[in-house]
Order: sequence, then structure tokens, then C-alpha cells
Amino acid sequence: MNAVTQRWIEVGPLADIPPQGARVVRTPAGCIAVFRTATDEVFALNDRCPHKGGPLSEGIVHGASVTCPLHSWVFDLNSGAAQGADVGQVATYPAHVRDGVVYLGLAP
Amino acid sequence: MAKKLVVIGAGMASGRMLENLGPDWQVTLFNAEPRGNYNRLMLSPVLSGEKTYAEIITHDADWYGAQRIDTRFGETVTKIDRNARVVVSAGGETPYDALVIATGSAPFIIPVPGHKLPGVVTYRDLEDTNTMIAASRPGARAVVIGGGLLGLEAAAGMAARGAEVTVIHLMGHLMERQLDPSAGYLLQKDLERRGIRVHCKGATKAILGNDRVEAVLLEDGTVYPADLVCMAVGIRPETRLANDCGLEVARGVVVNDQMQTSDPAVFALGECVEHDSQLFGLVAPLYDQAKVLAAVLNGETGRFQPVQTATKLKVTGVDLFSAGDFAEAPGREDIVFRDPGRGIYKRLILEGERLIGAVLYGDTADGSWFFDLIKTGKDVSDMRDTLIFGPAFAAGGTKADPLAAVAALPPEAEICGCNGVCKGKIEAAVQGGALTLDAVRAQTKASASCGTCTGLVEKVMALTLGDGFAANANPAMCKCTDHTHEDVRRMIKAGGLKSIPAVMQELGWKTVGGCASCRPALNYYLLADWPLDYRDDRQSRFVNERNHANIQKDGTYSVVPRMWGGVTTPDELRAIADAADKFNVPMVKVTGGQRIDLLGVKKEDLPAMWSDLNAAGMVSGHAYSKGLRTVKTCVGSEFCRFGTQDSTGLGIKLEKLLWGSWTPAKVKLGVSGCPRNCAEATCKDIGVICVDSGYQISVAGAAGMEVKETELLMTVATEAEALEIIAAFTQLYRENARYLHRIYKWVAKVGLDWCKDQMADLTTRRALYDRFLQSQSVYQTDPWAELAERPADWAPMKTISLEAAE
Repeated sequence: MNAVTQRWIEVGPLADIPPQGARVVRTPAGCIAVFRTATDEVFALNDRCPHKGGPLSEGIVHGASVTCPLHSWVFDLNSGAAQGADVGQVATYPAHVRDGVVYLGLAP
Repeated sequence: MAKKLVVIGAGMASGRMLENLGPDWQVTLFNAEPRGNYNRLMLSPVLSGEKTYAEIITHDADWYGAQRIDTRFGETVTKIDRNARVVVSAGGETPYDALVIATGSAPFIIPVPGHKLPGVVTYRDLEDTNTMIAASRPGARAVVIGGGLLGLEAAAGMAARGAEVTVIHLMGHLMERQLDPSAGYLLQKDLERRGIRVHCKGATKAILGNDRVEAVLLEDGTVYPADLVCMAVGIRPETRLANDCGLEVARGVVVNDQMQTSDPAVFALGECVEHDSQLFGLVAPLYDQAKVLAAVLNGETGRFQPVQTATKLKVTGVDLFSAGDFAEAPGREDIVFRDPGRGIYKRLILEGERLIGAVLYGDTADGSWFFDLIKTGKDVSDMRDTLIFGPAFAAGGTKADPLAAVAALPPEAEICGCNGVCKGKIEAAVQGGALTLDAVRAQTKASASCGTCTGLVEKVMALTLGDGFAANANPAMCKCTDHTHEDVRRMIKAGGLKSIPAVMQELGWKTVGGCASCRPALNYYLLADWPLDYRDDRQSRFVNERNHANIQKDGTYSVVPRMWGGVTTPDELRAIADAADKFNVPMVKVTGGQRIDLLGVKKEDLPAMWSDLNAAGMVSGHAYSKGLRTVKTCVGSEFCRFGTQDSTGLGIKLEKLLWGSWTPAKVKLGVSGCPRNCAEATCKDIGVICVDSGYQISVAGAAGMEVKETELLMTVATEAEALEIIAAFTQLYRENARYLHRIYKWVAKVGLDWCKDQMADLTTRRALYDRFLQSQSVYQTDPWAELAERPADWAPMKTISLEAAE
């Protein structure tokens, strides 16, 4: 998560992610969930809920939040922080769209 | 001697540049169109008949004459020779000291079959406009492909001339680049009120016709007859001349802050340019470019810096405003205001103390004030509480009224579906002295039957009585709304609401996109109430229904093929065993519903496994759905010495009738061949016990967190009656229950007697049965067969290997 040394990796067309949905990018360090909101913003978070390891990529996306499919913890896609009464944090990665292609920022 | 300036293109940008150009230049102006500059933004009013072409001309022959500009209209420049500094056209070579490329943009054409047929037009210039005017005879059918700014203006214009217009839009809502889904919904509603049909999520597959266009075919099979097709799916910079002469071209002709291309003697301007990786389509930045270029050519200093732009749709009677950035992003917050009664939606997007974006629909009076706040980046923290009410509310404001949605319903809106009582009748009763719910019930019968509309009746009473009424406190659906599930269901029907954005807008949702609690519920209510109109929203479903498999604690899935009535064959068992081997299934388990569960399947293996099971004749068992799960049977009279009827056969018939239907919560059936009840039918949602004289149908059992025996609904003599009643009862449940309520919970609320009355009335029962079959005509499909064809959607989007990551 060092902004100075991170590299941008092309992960594929934005059109491959459904609006209000997510797709997974598999990395040697584990899966990353790449989310697309209703307004076509993209966010990248670790695909693992800190509660019981649920795949956040399979949650319902509403506004800039996702609800974990296993036990309904809600996370802010911006910060990766759990919302409401739950306490937890998911690692986030920089992500952006350029010319319809999604890029993910990873530490080298 | 005056220097020679050649300008290619007489559009709005070059027109503005020429206005600001000093007298030192001797100008030659080429234009491929056989006319000078006119206000292209005003083509829409010309199309709709509100203006004439003469009214939108900005530079006429007199003006060009006074500026001593040599006009070459209708003469296309075919080549630029940068070494010789000449442009080539039909009239020969024209030398230049400086050249301005202002070739604008070209419409993007989707290369579907039939796109070259006569009758297919784009929407760029006066010729296109005149073609559409000629085609827009009253009764003519026009299809516009593209629901963006341009496409909608074309659609509204042709509709105003009497054509029957259909807009096909690829995305989920109109003008998705300028509007969010809520505003897109209101826009669609306004256009539909003008008789324009809107088909979102529609991908054009082909344009059909022999000698000229006859119809448009979509990927989903829909066919819209068409006498004219207008393609308005977007524009791209017209860069051919610049490309051919070797200038630097990316998406557009690349220019610096002085509008200079890679050749110092060549400048470019307008929609054909790319500046700092950005393209330009709206007129405000183009005018800025024009002034900068004029200054540079005049020998002054100038520097183009793009500023934010705001969008307004030029359709008379549609009030829409969008400015700045309204995407979700870190540290951003929304302020939302909805007034369902007046069709108003306002959304402000704040980042820290600053306003950065605004989407307004229905009331755009404050648009320029918000736009100013966006551009200046002023600190708005002091007025944040009242910001959304605009400049008029510098201090103090009004609060959104939770009753507004009910107040907005017209008097003829049906509040009580059971007894057909409309809002006006309830109001009249209250005004006539019925001051309590019981009194209203006694006089009007509103909420006197199933009772699910009670909350809504109370709201109508509260509105009529003012503060004098105290309603029962029913819990709201979720934190996004003050309405109960029952109220939302009734208002979806009463208000004819047919999409999630429609419900959220008309019922005054307090959040932008709902939450994981209300979205699946709304999706269910809409597909249950409008089976033919509504399209299932996959992204509003829980993971199991979205992926058509049950997620397990480790993120793997379980796969359960359907076994009709619990009966299988050696071939099916072999196919299941083969699939278990092929995909290394860690556990094969027999379920409580008489079928076989393959547990621990990886998500990316699902499509291939489904495909194998499909090939063996099996379909999804919907073991994951709020829908029909299983029909458990005993062997019945076929083999059992006690069996009174063919319980296995009836179970199979029931499962074949009911499978694929979505219900508020899961539905499990059992059919036992005799009162010994080996199929344990009396703890199911719906159970049948066969007896010598026929079939005892009982409902509302439970064998989960609560255990409850079923209660008798009806006894019938024939299998055909049993099938009809069970389907009709399932439909009654589908239409009335709250999402996630099993049948026993719902029956406890509405009362078994009410259910019995509905079933006993033959007309009601028949209508329910017919509506069930109508829904099944859409939803009884095997999801595996459809989804197995798209395996890529189930795999990771990308796999980053160790080497790549190093």
C-alpha cells in the first residue's frame, strides 16, 4: 500500500464487472474483489471478510457499501471499515478505470 | 501582406473563433456541409417543430461577406500537404500560413447486420434532421438506438411530430453518464408519459428489412417494427484528415494548451481534438477553445484550461440538470431529497466541506446556484443542513414528510386489494365520522380481510385527520424507508411501480441505492407483481440465488439436481457419480428432501458441472432459492399395500407445475399416500394426505426453528382439483406475504379462514391459478442451461501469477 512504489496492473474491461457487482482477481497473496457501483466507480478490497472469511465479492453492493454474503456485515468500499456495530477492517487497494479498462494498484 | 488562414469545418467552435479573430488574417473557410455555421444545439427544436432552420443560423452570407471570408461551402477537403502548406479540395490547392482543423465529430455506427439499409440515420446535421422530420408522419414507427442526450432529443422531437417512438438503450437507465438511476427513472417516466416507449438493458442484434428498414431485433428476442431507425449511440472525433497527414492523433487530434497540434503551423479545435487525454462534446469548453485559439492567432497569449460543465436536456417540459462528479468515491457523502408527489429528485454530492456534484430532476431552479458552488469550491459546512433546499433557505427549512408518498396517491388508487377499496372512499369515510380503524373497516371493509394494507389505511386516515390520529407502530421495512413491507407491496400495485428506482423514488427512499435488506425484497415484490413487465435484477439477489448454488462456509458451493418427486433413475445416478468424480466433490450427501447434494464445488467449476448434469437430462433443483424446493413423496398405491392414491405421481405432477416459481420464502411440499404419512407431509409448507375419498390439502406447517403441524385448507376429490388449489394457494402467498415470511408466518397474520374463503370462491381461485401460470410462463426455466453457456462469468476476472507480481 505504498503509493510511491505501487504498480498499476490491467485486470480487464469494466464491462466484465456487472454494475452493483464484483469480480475476483486472483493473486499469489490471495483474492482481491474488484467492485463496480451503480455509478461505475471501482473499488478493490481483500475478498475476505474479517469475521468468518466470507467472500465479499459475492455480497450485495448498495451505494458505496457491500454486505458480506455469510453473516451480513457491511463494509464501506472506500475505507474497508466495517459499518454499524461490527468492528473490523478489510485491506483496500487503489483501483481506477481508464478508457473502459480497470487497473489495480499493487505493491511490487 | 495579410497572412493566409485556412479553416476546415464551419461548426460552432470555428464560428466562435472567427468572431474573435483579428483583421490580420485572410481566411478561407471550407465546410463539407453545403452551408455555413448554424447552432447545432438547436437542431432538436427544429426536429420537434418548435423552431425553423432559418431561426438557428448564426452566421449568414452577409456576415461572412463583411468579414471578407472566402467561403467554400459544400467543398470537401481531401488532403493536407504539410510540406507544401496547402490543402487539397475539388477546387484545387489552397495555400496556408496557418491551418485550423475543426472537423468536429462523426456519429458512431454499431456495425450490426442491416446498419446500411435505407431508413437508418444518425443525428448530426440538418440533413439527418430533415430525414427524421420527413419520416415522422403521425403513426410512423421510429426506433432510436441510444438513450443518451442526443438519442432522447431525437426521440422527443419525432414523438412531438406524431411518430410512435421506441428508445433502445444498452445500459440499465437513461443518460447514465449524466444521471444516476433515480433521476434516470424519473426521466424515463416523463418520456413514457409522452408516449415514448423506453427499453433499457436492450442490446441491438440486427436491423431487419429487405429494401429498407422494417424492424429492429434485440439480443433478448424483442422485435420493434420501424419505418426509421436513428442511431445515436455516441460520437467519435473526426480525425481522418489529421491522421492522413501524419499529425499526432490519439483518440482525437492532440493539441497543447494553445490548441496547437504536433505541427506548429496547424491548430485544431472543437470536438475533433484531444487535450490532456480529454475529449469534448459540450459547447462550453469548445467556446473556450475558440477564444484561446483566436487569441493565439491574434498574437496574444492564451491558454486553454477545461472547466467543469453542466448538462441540461433540451426536451420541452423535462427539467433535468447534472453537473460535476456524482460517482461514489472515498470520502464522499450524499444529501438526497425526494418529493414523490411532484416527481422531484435532488442529490448533492459533498467531499469534505465542498459541493462537488449535483443531480436535479423535476425542479432545476437551483441548478446554477449549485453549479456555482461546485465551480468555486466554496466551503458549504455552514449551510449544509439546508443546502439541498437551495439559496432560498439560507436559514431554516422544511423536512421531508414520510406521508408524502401516500399523499401523492390519487383518490382512485386502490388501497385495499381484497375488497377493492380506493383511497377516496377511505377519506370520505373518515370525513363522514369514521375516526378509528375499526370504524373505517366496518364502513368500507378496507383492511378487513387479509389485513396487510392496515398500515396504509392508517396513513390515509392520518393524512385526513391530521394530528388527531395515532397509528399503530408497525416496523419499517429497513432503515432506508419508513414504510412497512405491507405498505410497500400495496403501493407497488396501487402506483403501478415497475422498477426498483421507481419504488425508491415514488416512496421516498432515504438512501441512494437501498441496502442488502430492501433490495432483494423489492426485487421479489416487483417480479411477483409484474411478471411480464419487470425484469429480474440479478445484482439485487442474495449470493445463492445470484449464483444458483448454495454458498458454504469456505466459499465453495453445493449443487443439487432436481429429482421429481424424489424419483431417480440409474442413468441419473451414474451422471451424478461421474460429476462427483470429475470435479473431485468432497462430499455426496442425501438430503432431507429426497435428492442428492454435491458439496464443496468450486465456483469456477459450476458451469461445467451444470452442463454435464443438463446433458443427462437433469435441471437445477433450486435448493438455494426462495422458491419451490422439493415435493417429498412416499411410494403410494403403485407399490405400497396401504397406499390409497398415487402419491408419487401426484408429487411429480406438483413439482412439474410449481418448479421455478419465486416465492417470499422457500416452499417445501409433501405428499403421503395414506394417513400413516411416510412423506411427513403434515409439517411442510403445503402437505397432501391421500385418503380413499380423495386428497386432504393442509398448509402452514413448519419443521425448523419452530415446529408446527399443518392445518386443513380443503379436501378435494380429484387430482386435478388438488393441483389447481395448491397452485392458486401458492399464488395467494406470492401476492400477499412479506418477503422472507414462510407460509406459516403469513397464514398466522392473515388467518386461515381468509385463505379458505379465497380458495372456496371459484372465480378468485381460477384467477389466482391463471396468474400463477402466467408467471410460470416467464420464470419456469432452468437457470443452469442458461448460465452454463457463460463459464467466463464464473471464473476469476484475472489471475496474477508470481512472476507478474515481481
